[in-house]
Amino acid sequence: MTAAQSWTVAGIREALAAKKISARELAAEFYGRIERRNPECNAYLALCPERALAQADRVDSAIARGEPLPPLAGVPIAVKDVISTRGVRTTCGSKILENYVPPYDATAVERLESAGAVILGKTNCDEFAMGSSNENSAYGPVRNPAAPDRVPGGSSGGSAAVVAAGMAVAALGTDTGGSIRQPGAFCGVPGMMPTYGRVSRYGLIAFASSLDRIGPFATSVTDAAAVMAVIAGHDPRDSTSAAVPAENYPVRIGDSVQGLRIGVPEDYFGEGLDPEVKSRVLAAIAALEKMGCRRVPLHMPHTNYAIAAYYIIATAEASSNLARYDGVRCGLRVPGATLMEMYRKTREAGFGPEVKRRIMLGTYALSAGYYDAYYLRAQSVRSLIARDFADSFQKVDAILTPTTPTPAFRLGEKAADPLQMYLADIYTVTGSLAGVPGISVPCGKTNAGLPVGLQIFGPHFGESRVLQIARAVEKSLGNPA
Amino acid sequence: MKITREDVLRVAELAHLDLSPAEIETYRGQLDEILTYVEKLKELDVTGIAPMTQVLPAVASGAEHHPELRDDVLAPCDVGESVLAAAPDAAKPFFRVPKVIER
Repeated sequence: MTAAQSWTVAGIREALAAKKISARELAAEFYGRIERRNPECNAYLALCPERALAQADRVDSAIARGEPLPPLAGVPIAVKDVISTRGVRTTCGSKILENYVPPYDATAVERLESAGAVILGKTNCDEFAMGSSNENSAYGPVRNPAAPDRVPGGSSGGSAAVVAAGMAVAALGTDTGGSIRQPGAFCGVPGMMPTYGRVSRYGLIAFASSLDRIGPFATSVTDAAAVMAVIAGHDPRDSTSAAVPAENYPVRIGDSVQGLRIGVPEDYFGEGLDPEVKSRVLAAIAALEKMGCRRVPLHMPHTNYAIAAYYIIATAEASSNLARYDGVRCGLRVPGATLMEMYRKTREAGFGPEVKRRIMLGTYALSAGYYDAYYLRAQSVRSLIARDFADSFQKVDAILTPTTPTPAFRLGEKAADPLQMYLADIYTVTGSLAGVPGISVPCGKTNAGLPVGLQIFGPHFGESRVLQIARAVEKSLGNPA
Repeated sequence: MKITREDVLRVAELAHLDLSPAEIETYRGQLDEILTYVEKLKELDVTGIAPMTQVLPAVASGAEHHPELRDDVLAPCDVGESVLAAAPDAAKPFFRVPKVIER
């Protein structure tokens, strides 16, 4: 299932302007690819060709009228199924929303379409974005395009896979504890988690509100930057959206990295790190040093507590956010003789095993007598982790780590052991808790051909710097895009 | 950590989940294992460390005060009909549910 990854944002723009292809023909080409490749991959849950072709026609008529092309004119994009799309089924990978059709679009989707992008369909994911392998989807797992017996990562596994397999030029994912960066690393495509509040979450169906972020996957860092420039910015409809003006991210992406201080925390290179992953990541760091970056050793002492803090905070918030699925307002209803019986039967039938596990864990952590010991303590530890980052960014411009301790694991390998699955998020949850931006950029493959990801964190709203360094890594590996 | 069957039943009741006997046993073991791991948070001294209540400092988010403290201004929100259309059982302008109050 190797992809013909020939289309880029700039390439599409050029081809449209030169009238070598129309937006409608391009959309049709991608639906053809989906038809051929999706049955094996299971990365798309729903397609919306009517909406896509209508949008493509709008782009084509604008070109015919000689109007200037918007930044993502005709670019075929996929959207993770936890992001609302008006009139297009949005299931969150859950049975409880099997027939849910949102009455409105998420701001990120609205902005993509205003910029000329063509939304092809909705991508598979772990149920309510809870998982690290995409095996928790009620609609079956996604297979990794680089190795079909392996997971694509999660929870945005479908979005990473469609980009890796050439079934979309870019995709929106969401990242709560690593759900963009980890599948980006496993599938071999760049995936960016923006700063908390950088991209509006209006229309994102909530998992953990103090952690959730929307961000892009693309086949190159340049294209990820192009999508970022469109979706970033303040939105009055999201009260956690930041009032900081967005930047035109692609503009400075090619700037020299000469003289930048790159921090390498020893805490991310210890026990449990696969030797091949370690060697690829260190090689990428060495390449940056050759380009004039100064390597600064760091110690981030609370790293080892991040998983424990994360899985208390995220599940506590999830237990509250998912209380709304009770058979009353939308989604599944299983009838009951009393209101309580209806609630309980609906939730029992509608939620899958991982979602119930997290609701149970979060409810326990918030329950009377345990709140101080778990939730409050986890939030204090979160402050310590945020302080690790703040202290480090006094000394460096960016922090570089492996994205994951191992390359993509086999389907089923960790499915029976939730704690082992949680521990695989060790390097990504730290930045989630601190609210900083991070990207995973491909930095080579293992001897078996499995992609490896380098993670780059920046300070709050430091997306430009993160993208610039990621682009330098990409260039050093010979990706010209 | 020792999570008992009674703990699981109490939490399932709070979470409105009608767990099967097999699920009760599975979750008991798994919650026990996960919470035992989480115990490591107790190794840290958090005296004087304020729990995080805002992800970004107000300055970082570009506002003099947090954006969630915006002015409370009315804005149109005309979604009633489309929201009710997605409901499992609705009779405008209400969601219908089984009887709650017994006479």
